[in-house]
Amino acid sequence: MKKLWTFKGGLKLAGFKKLSKPSVVKSLPIPKRVILPLRQHIGEPAEPIVEAGEKVYKGQVIATSKSFISASVHASTSGTVIEIEKHNIPHQSGVSELCIVIETDGKDEWYPNIKPNLHPENLDVDEIRARIREAGIVGLGGAVFPSAAKLKPTRQIDTLIINGAECEPYITCDDALMQSCPDEIVQGVLLLRKLLNPIECIIAIEDNKPDAIESIRHSIEKLREQGQGSVTTINVIAVPTIFPTGGEKQLIKVLTGKEVPKEGLPYEVGIVCLNVGTTAAIRNAIYQGTPLVSRYVTVTGPLAKQPANYEVMIGTPIEDVIQAAGKVKADNCAVIMGGPMMGQLLPHSQSPVVKATNCILLEEIKPDINTNVMPCIRCGSCSSACPMNLLPQQLYWHAREKSFKKLEHYNLPDCIECGCCSVVCPSKIPLVHYFRFAKSEMKDHEISTKIAEQSRVRTQAREARLERMKREQEARKAKRKADRLKKKAAGKKATKQKPGKEALAG
Amino acid sequence: MAIFIISVLSLFFGIALGYFAIRFRVEGDPVVEQIDAVLPQTQCAQCGYPGCRPYAEAIAKEEAEINQCPPGGEDGIKALAELLGREVIPLNPENGSADEAGRMIAVINEETCIGCTKCVQVCPVDAIVGAAKHKHNVINEYCTGCELCIPPLCPVEECIQMQPIELTVSTWKWSQPSSCDEGRAA
Repeated sequence: MKKLWTFKGGLKLAGFKKLSKPSVVKSLPIPKRVILPLRQHIGEPAEPIVEAGEKVYKGQVIATSKSFISASVHASTSGTVIEIEKHNIPHQSGVSELCIVIETDGKDEWYPNIKPNLHPENLDVDEIRARIREAGIVGLGGAVFPSAAKLKPTRQIDTLIINGAECEPYITCDDALMQSCPDEIVQGVLLLRKLLNPIECIIAIEDNKPDAIESIRHSIEKLREQGQGSVTTINVIAVPTIFPTGGEKQLIKVLTGKEVPKEGLPYEVGIVCLNVGTTAAIRNAIYQGTPLVSRYVTVTGPLAKQPANYEVMIGTPIEDVIQAAGKVKADNCAVIMGGPMMGQLLPHSQSPVVKATNCILLEEIKPDINTNVMPCIRCGSCSSACPMNLLPQQLYWHAREKSFKKLEHYNLPDCIECGCCSVVCPSKIPLVHYFRFAKSEMKDHEISTKIAEQSRVRTQAREARLERMKREQEARKAKRKADRLKKKAAGKKATKQKPGKEALAG
Repeated sequence: MAIFIISVLSLFFGIALGYFAIRFRVEGDPVVEQIDAVLPQTQCAQCGYPGCRPYAEAIAKEEAEINQCPPGGEDGIKALAELLGREVIPLNPENGSADEAGRMIAVINEETCIGCTKCVQVCPVDAIVGAAKHKHNVINEYCTGCELCIPPLCPVEECIQMQPIELTVSTWKWSQPSSCDEGRAA
């Protein structure tokens, strides 16, 4: 048995995982149209390379970017591009961003260039990396960081962690994937191992998912029997079910005892951590040649009529998914993307499923966060629950006062917004909301400081220029005046001299 | 004897202080720099001074109050009060009201622009480009939203207008939760 560590804080939450029956994955009919946002990842948005009216095939690149931290967008089914316009994206703000809208033709025809790779073991590492990049794969656990950027670390990697913890209540899409496609995940791990050469390789699954653990172990056994002996060094570890074990930093702590430095990345401590869904997507990109065009989405919640896991094409309107899942039980239904702890309340369900959509949670609209709030009694429960070792109570006071320096001092940027503090607060203070508010205020302050600095420099430059122009103009004026005077003087002299000469002559 | 020692010492320190005052002279007025750093640099002149720096100089000389900057708003007054150890006072309505709509920028309608260069000359941050009898345009990233270029300066109706910056995922802000204690105090 491998030694496991623990992280401070966290909560034992009711799972509600059986609701969405992770042993079966259902498929959905092809939607009438798919809406593909150009920014579904962290980093630069992709730029469209198709035009309205163009016919596209499933898996065809329709938007791409040269930036290192970015990801391409692919058509998720065949059809015609009808517009490249602003459209609602699944975000709490309800803002619109540029999207490519495709009217589907129902044939779901693959792009002819996409062919399965018969000998994936013959590919060299650079080629694998290039293909992962081309396939538009991003972290499917929710952070949507472009995976290709993670797979070229600048130092020796000790541990490769495949994250199948899935700690948030209700969500079971990773569980469903581990039960339905374990071979894809294990083959993906082998590919990643080839890229990173880690000493240790771990697939971590929370112990409330025995079926998934069994399924992965069985797959490893099967591949070993097929002669791929090296698979036995993949370590499948059941980790205790404590929210948020699935958080990257928390999982790294539990498995290795290491802490990711402040504002740092896991590779700095010799670790690369990828979600199981991402691993399977990488495997499919290399073995099948298929880019990321669909993902598993859990549709669940107290108001879902038929809670289940669905394989959904990226870009399918969320409304269509809810309809297909048997609509909702009541009218006062809130649509949340993600789980009950960290999910985002969507202002409209017309927005599409994106690469980050792991769950559509349907529950009753909660009362306004500002009702029933009582004053802070300084009990300290929030500090005990915080898995990042922060002091939510201190942060709360400073967030209210917008004291940016103090917030920085108390490490607000390290807050992962897991929601543990808000859940335990006996006064029902919406702590996470305060921290999100303070974070966006800090960002805004940073931007306006930058703009102010730029304006100051430009104003000074303008004033210096105006001053110089004034001086030059004055200099010119003075010169002209001097010239005129000289001329005058010369003229006078001449007139003076003339009579003199005349006198002389006379 | 004591008088002699004290005299020598004071002479020595006098010379030393005089020397260091010249040797380590601080260029400019550090208080003005600090005040200028707090001001939003919109250069809108709503404070009654031609720009942010002249206003900063006026505050340093105690010729101006700290509540004359509408773009800085309440937060700006708070920052100035903290810096100068003064009382926080409400914004002077004579200077204008704090704009809650967020950052605005000037947008030139190229259809109606006659190329008079008036706005080009007045822009405090050189954010407008254009030559005489040619269409002008605003460089969005540089515009501070000072509103110096809008009519009546611009002689054409419906040419330069202020527009809010489009909201994106990265510029959208979370709302501030209403605090329970404030309710209790009231």
